[in-house]
Amino acid sequence: MSAVHSLLAREVKEGQEVPPLHVNVSATTIVLGALASRDWRPMHHDKDFAIERNGVNNIFVNTPNFQAWFERYLTDWTGPKGRLGRMTFKMKKSVFPGDEMTFSGKVTRVSTDDTGCHWVEVDVAVSVAGALTTEGRAKLALPGTETDNPWARKGPNWKP
Amino acid sequence: MTTVASNPAPSAADLPPAVRELIGKPQYEEQSEFPIEIGYVYNTCAATQNGNPLYWDPKVAQELTGGRIALPTMLSVWMRPHYWAPGSSGERKALMTHFDLKELCGLPEAVVVSNEAIFGEPVHMGDVLTTRQIVRSVGELKQTKLGEGRFWVIDVETVNQRGEWVGTETYSFLGYRRPEAKP
Repeated sequence: MSAVHSLLAREVKEGQEVPPLHVNVSATTIVLGALASRDWRPMHHDKDFAIERNGVNNIFVNTPNFQAWFERYLTDWTGPKGRLGRMTFKMKKSVFPGDEMTFSGKVTRVSTDDTGCHWVEVDVAVSVAGALTTEGRAKLALPGTETDNPWARKGPNWKP
Repeated sequence: MTTVASNPAPSAADLPPAVRELIGKPQYEEQSEFPIEIGYVYNTCAATQNGNPLYWDPKVAQELTGGRIALPTMLSVWMRPHYWAPGSSGERKALMTHFDLKELCGLPEAVVVSNEAIFGEPVHMGDVLTTRQIVRSVGELKQTKLGEGRFWVIDVETVNQRGEWVGTETYSFLGYRRPEAKP
């Protein structure tokens, strides 16, 4: 049996809430995320550019980095066997230095496909000071048993 | 090669012929500029304080995925060009099809409206990825809060060196011109 513990599909119910995550955002948070995602556009590291060209007050978190934050949020909950199949999101407002991001999530569907893969669908959101900044939806595969491993699925047995 | 494509709304009837020509045709087939490597995986985990042992512990990676892999959400990371490379002049850009549409539609500004990613085979260290960009739809000219513009949808399909589908990212953009700007 695997020593790696992960959430099992049978432990998840529709309507269940994913524990929230709070992250204080600094200029360093934003620049680290932009560079890690190889996003060199100046509004994510150059405050003067962001003010003059984008008409905002500061640099802001870039879109690809939001994907990585959502993945971190969700796999903190599922453990390492949780495998992302699909993720979609819309950014409503930008996130700036000094903001505290609050990630939240709610399970909307638990299902098993015709290959036996167990899926959970989660509505996710980020808010700052109670205002929604980003919302989306993710679909993750979870193990059905302690010995199941969604990462082992390939080709026709992986239907995200 | 079997990939997964988006299913957007039909395109508008008032498109310039050069834009209509682009729809559905793969563009800019490109290879990642370097084999997938662990340094960027660590950078991404550090930037998001992600302690998932799948990315930090080689034994866990071996057990679950047969070796070290990259985070699925890093799919687009590998295809962004270096900011500078020998022989280049000026900034190098990813998703050139989007910039082509801005030019062809005469819409100098753009924002990402939504983003969807579907993930296939895990990306392993040493993999070399190939992408192609496909315009799926371009909407009619309409008035928006930002100015007059069009919505468009571009798929970026990615496969590995074995031709296995690795993922598809779908970007929805609004290309627009500011109210005071002339076409």
